[in-house]
Amino acid sequence: MAVGGLLVSLACASWLFFQTFQGKLILPVEFAIDWLVLPDLVVPFGILIDRLSLLMSLVVTGVGSAIFLYSIGYMADDKGYSRYFALLALFVFSMLTIVLANNWVELFIGWELVGFCSYALIGHWYERPQAAEAGNKAFMVNRVADFGFLLGILALWASSSPMATERTFNYQLLQTRIPDLLETGWLSGGTMSLIGLLVFCGVIGKSAQVPLHVWLPDAMEGPTPVSALIHAATMVAAGVYLLCRVFWLFENLPGVLMVVSWVGAITALLSASLALVEHDLKRILAYSTLSQLGYMVMALGLGGAVAGMYHLSTHAFFKALLFLAAGSVIHATHRQNIWELGGLRNSMPLTSSAFLVGGLALSGFPFLSGFYSKDEILVLAHEHDAGLYAIGTITAGMTAFYITRAWFVAFARKSASPIHAHESPPVMAGPLVILSILSLFGGYLGIPAFLGQHTGHIHLQIATVSFVTIALGFGLAWLMYVKQTISPTRLASRLAWGYWVLERKYGFDRLYTWYVEQVQQRIVAGACALFERLIIIGLAVNGTAWITKTAGRLIRYCQTGKVQSYVLAFFSGVVAFLYLASRF
Amino acid sequence: MITLNHYLITSGLLFAIGLVGIMTRRNILLILLCIELMFNAANLAFIAYAKAWGDLSGQLIVFFVITVAAAEVTVGLAIAILMARQLKTLNADEVNLLKW
Repeated sequence: MAVGGLLVSLACASWLFFQTFQGKLILPVEFAIDWLVLPDLVVPFGILIDRLSLLMSLVVTGVGSAIFLYSIGYMADDKGYSRYFALLALFVFSMLTIVLANNWVELFIGWELVGFCSYALIGHWYERPQAAEAGNKAFMVNRVADFGFLLGILALWASSSPMATERTFNYQLLQTRIPDLLETGWLSGGTMSLIGLLVFCGVIGKSAQVPLHVWLPDAMEGPTPVSALIHAATMVAAGVYLLCRVFWLFENLPGVLMVVSWVGAITALLSASLALVEHDLKRILAYSTLSQLGYMVMALGLGGAVAGMYHLSTHAFFKALLFLAAGSVIHATHRQNIWELGGLRNSMPLTSSAFLVGGLALSGFPFLSGFYSKDEILVLAHEHDAGLYAIGTITAGMTAFYITRAWFVAFARKSASPIHAHESPPVMAGPLVILSILSLFGGYLGIPAFLGQHTGHIHLQIATVSFVTIALGFGLAWLMYVKQTISPTRLASRLAWGYWVLERKYGFDRLYTWYVEQVQQRIVAGACALFERLIIIGLAVNGTAWITKTAGRLIRYCQTGKVQSYVLAFFSGVVAFLYLASRF
Repeated sequence: MITLNHYLITSGLLFAIGLVGIMTRRNILLILLCIELMFNAANLAFIAYAKAWGDLSGQLIVFFVITVAAAEVTVGLAIAILMARQLKTLNADEVNLLKW
């Protein structure tokens, strides 16, 4: 049923696309109803369809359909089958809420919902403690980022008009108003920069940029189709989509743009380096996703919204393909460590070719989809900043290396102990084929043109440089893992310090764990203990006992058994009565 | 001049002393004595008013009160004797079977 629903969504998205393509639909189109109406605050619930949201919804529904089909096969023996599909459907709903939102509140609602679905799906096999913890980690890191994001949204609302009744969350209204307000001087550039940075916080969390990238590798505890859909193609791309939506704000804030591009570049470089030494197939792909997200964010920071979205789309194709191929392997062999696999090229030919296609697209092999999108980004980097260009190129080389390493070790190597592996059933293989085709030919779909950019030609110089780099990456991996000319172990011992840093993942996890355990939990635990001691035990429990005891003690005087005390009581009453009688 | 008020204040004082005596004495006989004191205080008040208002009803009532006091003392002493026999003590605090 979930698949049917998603296919209907895909059909709608495609229909809208074709209508636009044929010029029958003039974009942007907006529908909205007022959802929450309070005296100074109106929160609408609406849909905004423009080229950006249309493209994104096509990606979401298209790749999503492929993954849904795949999941039917992958999760066939799982006892949480219905729960899985329910959550997956909820996820697509939330993702489309984000994509089709016409105002910030709706976006935020969808944002949080996808975070929740991510948590639930990562922890799908919740009996595994690592899975439950990974889900928690994902959600909490996201929450930290969303705090800044929410502040940014509220600040945007507050700055949309000096008059409280005119303030709005609507994208288009904000887009027209805020530049005017900037001109009149009611808003300052500094405020806008702050707002931009706050909104970027949300991106850092959702799209797993450094320093909030730590949840994505652990998110691989979830089922592989989940990793494909949420953590490769769509949810993590929501941050990039957000940056595109708010790009009009950033355009005039060079400081913020610089922060954005450098954060993206550092993420790309750092995660690529971490992928070099990973042994788990899915984690290699996770770090690869981080790296590509860094590219996208960097592209946005350099002013290339179209380039960023282009890379998002092609990345969705080939990363989903890679994950699904990995999922086929895991489904067939029940193991994820690349050193335990090998020789799969013969036993799983379709999957191996799929992985190869995905890997080549990822590295930016010429004329595949990834090549075009990455080229756009590198061109932008080259125009703006030599440092960013260098980082982009080096990362591309590393990308080529690690993905080839993964392919050689997991698929092409003749393994000592042949693994029993069979090819996947058609319901799983079909999506692989579809995504392979998209990864191969995605560059020719005309995505940049759809988004309004009309320069689609390739810069020969940059293309050549990147080709040389990735060839170096391929070559090095081939030498190390196929011909075994350079031994990985000897390299490891000579660069031991490098390996030491990489294995500890630059210490991020340790830092965060330290902070959470030592600082935060202690404060929280201390506060809770204090509260419990003083208020709950002291006031409520002991207090109730004290009240009862004291009341009893006082009432006891009514029954002393001594006549004299009764006399005393009697005459006290008489006195009181006389006094009152004299008053009135 | 000794006016009505003097008598009344004296009566009030006597009454109060008797009251305090009832409330604080332990010996049952002393309590009875204090009760008598209160009676006498009331009598004094009655007579004072009778003299002041020229009404002999006050003095009549005093006769009745004295009679009642005598009867009441009888009963009181009977209780005291019973107490002395049963509880072997004249301490009023010992009569506390109604205590919680």
